[in-house]
Amino acid sequence: MNSSRNKEQAGSSARRLAEQAAARLGPGEKTALPVLIFLFIGFAAPLLAVIWYSFMPPRTFSFTGVPTVQNYQTIFQSTSYISFLWSLSLAALTTAVLALICYPVAYAMVRVFGPYSMLLTLLFTIPLFVSENIRLYGWVLFFIKNGVLLGTVKHLSGLDLQSLLFTRAAVIFGMVYVYIPFMLFPMTLGVSMVPAETRDAAFDLGATRWQVFREVELPLSMPGVLIGSLLTFVLAVGAIAEAKVLGGQKVIPITHDIEIAFTYAQNWPLGSALAVLLMAVVGALVLLVLRRFDLDLLLGRK
Amino acid sequence: MRDTPPATRQPVLALRNIRKDFGALAAVDGLDLDIAQGEFFTIVGPSGCGKTTLLRMLAGLEVPTTGDILIRGERVNDLPANQRPTCMVFQSLALFPHRTVGQNIEFPLKIRGVEASKRKSKALQLMTLLRLPQDYYQKNVQRCSGGERQRVALARALAYDPEILFFDEPLSAIDYKLRKTLEKELKDIHRETGKTFVYITHSLEEAMVMSDRIGVMRGGKLIQVGTPQAIYSLPNSKFVSEFIGDVNVLPVELGGDGRLISSTVTGELAAPNLPQSFTRGYLVIRPEFLRFLERASDAQNSVRGQLYNEYALGSRIQYQIRAGEQVFVVEKLRQQAFAGHRDDEVLIGWDAKDSILVSN
Repeated sequence: MNSSRNKEQAGSSARRLAEQAAARLGPGEKTALPVLIFLFIGFAAPLLAVIWYSFMPPRTFSFTGVPTVQNYQTIFQSTSYISFLWSLSLAALTTAVLALICYPVAYAMVRVFGPYSMLLTLLFTIPLFVSENIRLYGWVLFFIKNGVLLGTVKHLSGLDLQSLLFTRAAVIFGMVYVYIPFMLFPMTLGVSMVPAETRDAAFDLGATRWQVFREVELPLSMPGVLIGSLLTFVLAVGAIAEAKVLGGQKVIPITHDIEIAFTYAQNWPLGSALAVLLMAVVGALVLLVLRRFDLDLLLGRK
Repeated sequence: MRDTPPATRQPVLALRNIRKDFGALAAVDGLDLDIAQGEFFTIVGPSGCGKTTLLRMLAGLEVPTTGDILIRGERVNDLPANQRPTCMVFQSLALFPHRTVGQNIEFPLKIRGVEASKRKSKALQLMTLLRLPQDYYQKNVQRCSGGERQRVALARALAYDPEILFFDEPLSAIDYKLRKTLEKELKDIHRETGKTFVYITHSLEEAMVMSDRIGVMRGGKLIQVGTPQAIYSLPNSKFVSEFIGDVNVLPVELGGDGRLISSTVTGELAAPNLPQSFTRGYLVIRPEFLRFLERASDAQNSVRGQLYNEYALGSRIQYQIRAGEQVFVVEKLRQQAFAGHRDDEVLIGWDAKDSILVSN
């Protein structure tokens, strides 16, 4: 009798607490709640798990070990930094090459092609519907000895050229190819955000076409260039398939080391520590760039 | 007011049968105009009348389909905007958002390769002329107010040192009170610089305040060119007369005895000077020329109606009088307010000399 009343009381007080909490949340917070929960389960929780795992003793598979920095010590004593440098420099080179290639294309899509730029956009996006690996193997068939390119050259001219596959250049080519849309579309947006009257005004004030570009169009389209570059760089640091499929074993990116640690070596804590370090390095670089180039300032919002 | 009438001065800008086609549409449809050195000329017209296209052709941002643009007698059709001795203040102002006030003003000088110290002193001098505080030199233009940005845009155009300045409705986005101040300021700047200003706007009121001469544009053509006074008191069409604001327009026909017959007002009306070969058209009476009468014989023309409403317009009061289908507006100075009440039967009238006859 007593205990059931207590239960009832406890139940009603819990309900009251829940009601009070619900009353404190505004309608905005309430509607954001499902997304927040989803983000926590789908995004924050795995990340926290990886970070926690990186402090577990090596070669263990449990969350409950005594935390240690042994994995990090192992990494700093190993030659992993070479893979780090490879990943970072491949990503930086990819970003630089893409910036140079994509700016003229973005410019042309906005200023020259006009109504046809939709068609170009489609041509750039349709390949995204095919898996990246399948596309990369397509390039293997294209570049391989006696493949589409070299086979055709051999048939037409009799020249028997060395295959371009499994070189560093092939890796760069693959990465540039895969990450084009991530550079091109933010850039296109950036170029299209330069108001026509502002260009007209610079031209009317005596600037040559080149001066209009250098003084007005390029600086005003920089937000697009910057966002495209950041996106490309962050994605390219995580690239693995290009080095595997097109590069053979010529280049070992850090992502490859992480994969080996998780699979072949069965050392999850070490893999986690490598992943955490990669995130830290990339995060620091991105923050550095964002601090150097204030987006709001570039957009003239300050 | 004017030192010399514009006609006797050398035209700095001349348009000869200028035409611009966009596909089947003639945005500017065969236009002739002479603008004198130092003149403040305003082109007025509703949206879509071709005024912006015309101005863009004059600035060199559009190429005319046919016709000639002459600056001091030299044909400049093929001269691009960056080589013309003209400069434009755009509707959006088109300031460079990533630059400071100083850098914006110095832009045309930097392009010309003027050294930094000279650029700065010129910029500061222009900022003084335009009543911009000197410490704004380092300020980001995005942080300036609407009126300040207006001044920066004008200073930048003046830094180019053009012979002719074009204005594409730069005041249209500014609130009424500030606009009124800036209109007068612009006229002062015009006087201080002595340059030729060509201004376009859709507001005839704005044009009246500033201009030496006004051209009213409609459907790609200039339908009337004249001093503000002439446009106001002698409009050549119903369109021009109505463009300036509230006006009384009566559709009329010429009767047998030289008097006018209106379909909306009973009785015959005394006519002012008839335009050539006039048979039917419109009789235009400005609201300030209508009077409240004691007796019908107090004016040459009179109409009986009902006082429907009155509106206070600051220094003036406007009355709406309904006579059948015809609605009249009468304006009186506040000191001469009419002592009537709503729904009172009133008699209003005007003399023939205070009305204008137009054919279309």
